[in-house]
Amino acid sequence: MPDTAFVRSEMLPQQAPPITERGAVKWLRENLFSSPFNTVLTLIGLAVVFFLAQAALPWLMNSVWNATSLKECREIVWASAGPEATGACWALIRERWHQFLFGFYPADLYWRPVLALGLLLISLAPVLYYGLRKASVTLVGTVAALTLIALAMLDHDPTHLVIFALGLGGLTATAWVAPKRLLVLTVIYPLLGFWLLWGGSVWAPVGVAIGFALLVAVYLATKSYLGVVVATGAGFVVAAIWWLAVQTSVTTGLEAAMPLGMQAITSDQFGGFLLAFVIGVTAIGASLPIGILLALGRQSDMLLIKTLCVGFIEFVRGVPLITVLFTATLLLGYFLPPQTNFDVVLRVIILVTFFSAAYLAEVIRGGLAALPKGQYEAADALGLDYWQAQRLIVMPQALKVSIPGIVSTFIGLFKDTTLVAFVGLMDPLKGVTTIVRADTAWKGIYWEPYIFVGAIFFAVCFGMSRYSMYLEQKLKTDHR
Amino acid sequence: MKKSVFLGTLAATTVLTGAAFAGTLDDVKARGELICGANPGLTGFAAPDANGVYQGFDASLCKAIAAAVLGDPNKVKFVPLTSETRFTALASGEVDVLIRNSTWTYSRDHDLKLDFVAVNYYDGQGFMVKKDLGVSSAKELDGATVCIQTGTTTELNLADFFKQNNSTYTPVTVADDAEAQRNYLAGTCDAFTTDASGLAASRSSFPDPENHIILPEIISKEPLGPVVRHGDNQWGDVVRWTFNALLIAEEKGITKANLAEVEASTTDPEVKRLLGLEGDFGVMAGLDNAAFKNAILANGNYGEIFEANIGASTPIGLARGLNALWTQGGLQYAAPFR
Repeated sequence: MPDTAFVRSEMLPQQAPPITERGAVKWLRENLFSSPFNTVLTLIGLAVVFFLAQAALPWLMNSVWNATSLKECREIVWASAGPEATGACWALIRERWHQFLFGFYPADLYWRPVLALGLLLISLAPVLYYGLRKASVTLVGTVAALTLIALAMLDHDPTHLVIFALGLGGLTATAWVAPKRLLVLTVIYPLLGFWLLWGGSVWAPVGVAIGFALLVAVYLATKSYLGVVVATGAGFVVAAIWWLAVQTSVTTGLEAAMPLGMQAITSDQFGGFLLAFVIGVTAIGASLPIGILLALGRQSDMLLIKTLCVGFIEFVRGVPLITVLFTATLLLGYFLPPQTNFDVVLRVIILVTFFSAAYLAEVIRGGLAALPKGQYEAADALGLDYWQAQRLIVMPQALKVSIPGIVSTFIGLFKDTTLVAFVGLMDPLKGVTTIVRADTAWKGIYWEPYIFVGAIFFAVCFGMSRYSMYLEQKLKTDHR
Repeated sequence: MKKSVFLGTLAATTVLTGAAFAGTLDDVKARGELICGANPGLTGFAAPDANGVYQGFDASLCKAIAAAVLGDPNKVKFVPLTSETRFTALASGEVDVLIRNSTWTYSRDHDLKLDFVAVNYYDGQGFMVKKDLGVSSAKELDGATVCIQTGTTTELNLADFFKQNNSTYTPVTVADDAEAQRNYLAGTCDAFTTDASGLAASRSSFPDPENHIILPEIISKEPLGPVVRHGDNQWGDVVRWTFNALLIAEEKGITKANLAEVEASTTDPEVKRLLGLEGDFGVMAGLDNAAFKNAILANGNYGEIFEANIGASTPIGLARGLNALWTQGGLQYAAPFR
């Protein structure tokens, strides 16, 4: 009985969502025009982007790469885009890039800073990616390949290239076979890098290395009866005696018996990013351990140590970096005996290190404060002594918490290296830019050097920032 | 207590350093290198070129001194100094001589204990304006905005000048020369003031130099010259007479190119003394008799140095003006070489 007139026997086909609820329109509505206020903001944003592009794009489109002076750049732009047109004159970078990167480092020795940078990154691999074979090999392999390409562009002697290729290939193979073995390179890198950059007799860094070896030997030999602190102190005393009293005669003797070295470069030939990296990397590397010790000292129960650490931290944080730099270059000149040639770059590095160590100490103290008391008590309950507790329980957690702050301090420190311009060193941003602008051929140029230098700074700082985010992810053990 | 120890140490080191500076000439000879404090970036005066070698008007005088003392114009190390660090670097012995466009003033002579031994460039502060502003004299700048570098004597001169003329101005302070140029070209200020040599160098770098004029008024005296430490007269004399030798060479028409010829043919007794052919004049100053000949050979005479670095044939195109020899109506006048 057909008492129902109509029965739907199949489902209607699905219809596409309305136009406002799909695709680009939906995205625009949700993200850019979701409310009157957001619509206004979007329109303002678009206007800003439009005006910026209107101002900058023609300038960028008219870029000139081949010219010998700003005047020639302008003529090329006028010829191609009509009079009154403006264009970027990258020819300046093309002609002077080596001064932005290396300062006054002798051109035929550019392979030394390039190799030093390559080895620096390779020696960082086991620190950045400890025990991770794939990441280590990727980093070491990429860096080795890039370094080799750079070296091939600088030096056309095939025998040299074969030596470099073998060495860098060997390091990549080590990263593949035993990534942790690369730590050996990390340990010797400070002296190796120093020797590569400054040159001179190989025996001077070897002498310094012997001092450190003595320090470690004395520490290991006496640790069991003297305790960590006294053993370290004893090691320092022995090493200091070696460095101050014995080393010079031994190294001069060795140098006389077996002269081995390469052309010495003085610090005043350093400049540009080479200088920024030397100061930045050394200060970053040295300030972390000093900062940790200062943070621990500040929490110490021993009045003397606590007072000294607090005094140091508060004093340094209360003084602007510029003051510290002027002290390093000017005031020390009065205090030191005349004719002492205490390298100005070294002076700046030492004071910048102390400066950032004080800031790091406070960052790390923040990390220490974030640890629940139970962690300290658990360490005590396990019967660990102070240093074991710090090394195994406290520091790994405190440092993990402090990573964003530590990396911020590092990034700030790296950018602050440009302040050395005020004491007459050739930093890339102001120092080299000033000398380049003083050339009659390039006087009057403004944005191009800033953009070039800024881009490199951005790349380095952005890299540090991304690595810190990766590290935070990797070390994330909580279950929030 | 602590303070007195600190001051005592400071005094002791000052005495020590003072004593050690007594013989800069001997120090330079022993070192085999002249250390010259220089400006790392002043167009035409001193700046490293693409190969990192310092070139310029001031740098050439450093090279001439190195040639006079050590016989080789390349035995000179340039230490880049900022305007803040320059006098301290000289006083603390970091550099032997400071040739960094420094103005000779009373207080620098007395208060800073420095000696200005010569004036290698007579400069003065001037104004540059755009032609379409319709101004032909600095006295018509009443109410103008003026771009000026902070913390320099130019700032004080400017204030004095406008006060004297009972006129007002709005300063636009900028950090350095490049900023000043940029602001001036962008129209932030009507006039741009700095030393006249700097104005000429800036104007030459503009896209449209013909649309800018440098006003005729020079509102200050800026005698720029080499500086040495107080109390080391022997060294001061060496620097002064190296500069004088370059002036005398121009006066006598001795150039780098014709020096050998002049040496062979001259009958002028002063030239003979200058070139070390007669008498022991170099030895008198503690140098070699050929010292001043070497100084001239380094970069040529004063006029040649001027022309090569900042003169009419260069993009900067400065006229000799006050820096012409006294025989040509300028102020450059060397004492007789006898």
